[in-house]
Amino acid sequence: MDTETTQKAPVVLGHDVRLELYKMQLELRYCEKRAYDLFLQNLIKGTSHLSLGQEAIAAGFGVAMRSDDWTFCTYRGHAHTLARGASMEGVLGELMGRQCGLLGGKGGSMHLTDVTKGAMGSYAIIGAHLPVAAGAAWSAQYRGTEQVAVCFFGDGTTNIGAFHEALNFSVIWKLPVIFVCENNLYMEYTPISSVTAVEHPAADRASAYNLEKIVIDGNDADEVYRTAVKYMERARAGGGPALIECMTYRHSGHSRADPGKYRPEGELDRWLERDPIKLYRERLLGLGIVEATLTDIEGESMRKVDEATEAAKVSPVPTLDAIDKNVWADGSTAWRN
Amino acid sequence: MAELTYRDAVAAGIAQEMRRDENVVFLGEDIGAAGGVFKATVGLFEEFGPRRVRDTPISEQAILGAAMGAAMTGLKPIAEIMFSDFLAVCWDLVANEIAKTRYMTDGQITLPLVIRTANGAGSRFGAQHSQSVENWAMMIPGIKVLAPAFPADVKGLIAAAVRDPDPVIIFEQKSLYAFKGEVPDGDHVEEIGKAKVLRHGTDCTIVALALMVHRALAAAEILERDHGISCTVVDVRSLVPLDTVTILAEVAKTGRLVTIEENPRLCGWGAEIASIVADEIFWDLDGPIIRITTPHIPLPSADLLEDNTIPSVERVVREIREKID
Repeated sequence: MDTETTQKAPVVLGHDVRLELYKMQLELRYCEKRAYDLFLQNLIKGTSHLSLGQEAIAAGFGVAMRSDDWTFCTYRGHAHTLARGASMEGVLGELMGRQCGLLGGKGGSMHLTDVTKGAMGSYAIIGAHLPVAAGAAWSAQYRGTEQVAVCFFGDGTTNIGAFHEALNFSVIWKLPVIFVCENNLYMEYTPISSVTAVEHPAADRASAYNLEKIVIDGNDADEVYRTAVKYMERARAGGGPALIECMTYRHSGHSRADPGKYRPEGELDRWLERDPIKLYRERLLGLGIVEATLTDIEGESMRKVDEATEAAKVSPVPTLDAIDKNVWADGSTAWRN
Repeated sequence: MAELTYRDAVAAGIAQEMRRDENVVFLGEDIGAAGGVFKATVGLFEEFGPRRVRDTPISEQAILGAAMGAAMTGLKPIAEIMFSDFLAVCWDLVANEIAKTRYMTDGQITLPLVIRTANGAGSRFGAQHSQSVENWAMMIPGIKVLAPAFPADVKGLIAAAVRDPDPVIIFEQKSLYAFKGEVPDGDHVEEIGKAKVLRHGTDCTIVALALMVHRALAAAEILERDHGISCTVVDVRSLVPLDTVTILAEVAKTGRLVTIEENPRLCGWGAEIASIVADEIFWDLDGPIIRITTPHIPLPSADLLEDNTIPSVERVVREIREKID
């Protein structure tokens, strides 16, 4: 793990925050695994991009964010949406195409959104949401609300134009936006190192935009949380954007169609040793938190996923009138009189 | 009533809305301190300052992305894309994000934003700065599409677009920027989705947009005076939503439809109108529908070549004379 430029921010974490981080990571993990199981049962159609193994990033930011901050994420966005408090039933229901889905079955896995929780959308075209997040940050700056926009994206995004446009734009306008690159080493099926001119696809580009080079261990929820707090507070105070590269690894393939066979022998096993949840559990025990507390959280998290699953399963499928609703703000789809 | 140029009407429309609503902001390349490359936004920077009138880098994706993010969080941005041809470099934001987000989120996200852009030929700029791309926008569900022909409509439709809760793209025809016309004083707002009948005739109904409206009117004068052909002229003004009620009624009255389109032939907006007319009032037609368009070619730049590419008054007169007796 390259942590030569790791930021050690002086943010103190109490047991309450740590237990919240543990619970959040577990919920994201269990829910994502459940989504995979539901696929195998053919209850979830379409595609799905799981973030198994990357939970510490969504959880670290999710716990650190203010309730009125905004999240912008990608098609790999189940975890980021849940991490803002979106209902698990709403997420699983959307994946299953049910009425209880966050989007009533009109968006699907790649577009999870819950505006009431500040989850401002999952964007499925690489790079598009970086400038959108910058725009939300502009709105916060303009209205003086001290809200921060946090924008998650993968390592592959760093090679598309919108990434570079959004960074330059956010820096020159000093916008309160945090760009979070989840470097899981693979751009879909291709090793990111084989298609990128620099070692750290995000952080090594930072200097081009007069930003600090920040690389952190994305499998360490504490480090993610501390970094999130530090740079969000700076942004709130008018200090402008940050670009944070979080080193991590996805345990599954790019999407459900991908078994991940391109990965070298042993690589997955090495990263499973660095599973963020496994590491975090060990840390909590080391800090003196009793095992029973953790097993309680684990049981509770699983029950939550089970309940959400059952609720989504019994939710009806959408009615056909949904097709002709909500192109326009008046609720209609009319393009002529 | 004051006489304003089409370009001054742009600034007047934006200024009217910025004075009315503090949440209206304006961003784009060279729009502020420079007053716009077409001088259509002169005075806004001076009146509203750099906080509300923001010059951007040459980053069209950032411009439209920022407008979208701002719109979904409480602002009412007006974004300028300098030439409509440049929409191609930020089309993802238009077609995949801005137009679809409301539907995909089942109404959770509302995007009250306006994209203004200079469209069309007549300035000898060649194939990458002269296209008429209103039909690109028209084919994307989820975005309203306007194209004013007169200064009063420029001001009134910009105002209506800013007040509309949905994303609106306004195609300003760049060779009309110097055109002068009467513009109502005070608060002026037009209605989106209404075509306007500019001339009543008996022999055919010409349906036109933007610069082609002016050519339709000039051709109608000549046809009436020299050839005894009496034409109705309808200014479509709004491609989405489309005022089919007015168009169908005016075509039914004369029994003939002529569309004059600056966009290249294939999938031009006139094809959609022809289709609707054929579907719905076929038995009111007295003869074939006539589409007069730019040929299906990239635009050439030399005066003579460009003038012979986009529909001219002479060509409109000739084609209508040949096909309607």
